[in-house]
Amino acid sequence: MRYSLAMAGFLAIFWLANSGHYSGLLLGLGALSVLVVSWISHRMDVVDHESIPLHLLFKLPRYLLWLVGQIFLSNLDLVRRVWRPGTPIDPVVARVPLPQDSDVCRVVYANSINLTPGTLTIDMEQDSLLIHTLSREGMDALQEGEMARRVTALEQ
Amino acid sequence: MSTLWLWASDACLLIGSFLLLTGALGFLRFPDFYARIHACGVTETLATGFVLLGLLLRSDDAMPQVKLVLILLFVLFSSPTASHALAKAAWNAGVRPRDNSGKRRVSLPHTDP
Repeated sequence: MRYSLAMAGFLAIFWLANSGHYSGLLLGLGALSVLVVSWISHRMDVVDHESIPLHLLFKLPRYLLWLVGQIFLSNLDLVRRVWRPGTPIDPVVARVPLPQDSDVCRVVYANSINLTPGTLTIDMEQDSLLIHTLSREGMDALQEGEMARRVTALEQ
Repeated sequence: MSTLWLWASDACLLIGSFLLLTGALGFLRFPDFYARIHACGVTETLATGFVLLGLLLRSDDAMPQVKLVLILLFVLFSSPTASHALAKAAWNAGVRPRDNSGKRRVSLPHTDP
């Protein structure tokens, strides 16, 4: 019930932010579509802690800020490598442990790795990720595990 | 809309364009499939961010601004998934990374064939 209400709320905000027309008829149609979508998702049984990760809502902003910083740093590093003569890269492929338990956090971790240029998730297994990095330092940073720790902290 | 915002917007658009150029150049210069995906990573994260931020500063109505933010969010959600799908498909098809000379194979974790 909590998740259904939260989803209806998100849908309503999304509709209001995207429509820009606030006459009675259109607001009514908007409310109707929110209700219909909520009812269909309820019947499909897809509304749960996984599709509506409410427990992450308050922890996520801090992680996202840190991630944006990491994206900046890794982009700078890659820009340097692209423009330098001879493109100084030294690719490494290795396995990195995947400590998260919940699917949401595993996806957050793998997507974060892909979002920082220079590191790429090739494959996901039960307890490890197969990672390709452009440099030895990038792989060392992942194996040192600060990103993994921060994503694990989201779970608790 | 003050001139200051327009200058900031111009700066963002210029930086974004430079990053797009960098992504394209990296795509051409890097030796193999996987390294080229990394080069595309520059265009789909920071370059997109700067271009959309530049456009955001340029519009003075809330409605297009909300939509630009949503576009950025969707790009940031979908692009890592897309590059993972590409990399996994290539890996399963037997494409293996090469080093900077384009010849020698990169050492792989020993559990792999």
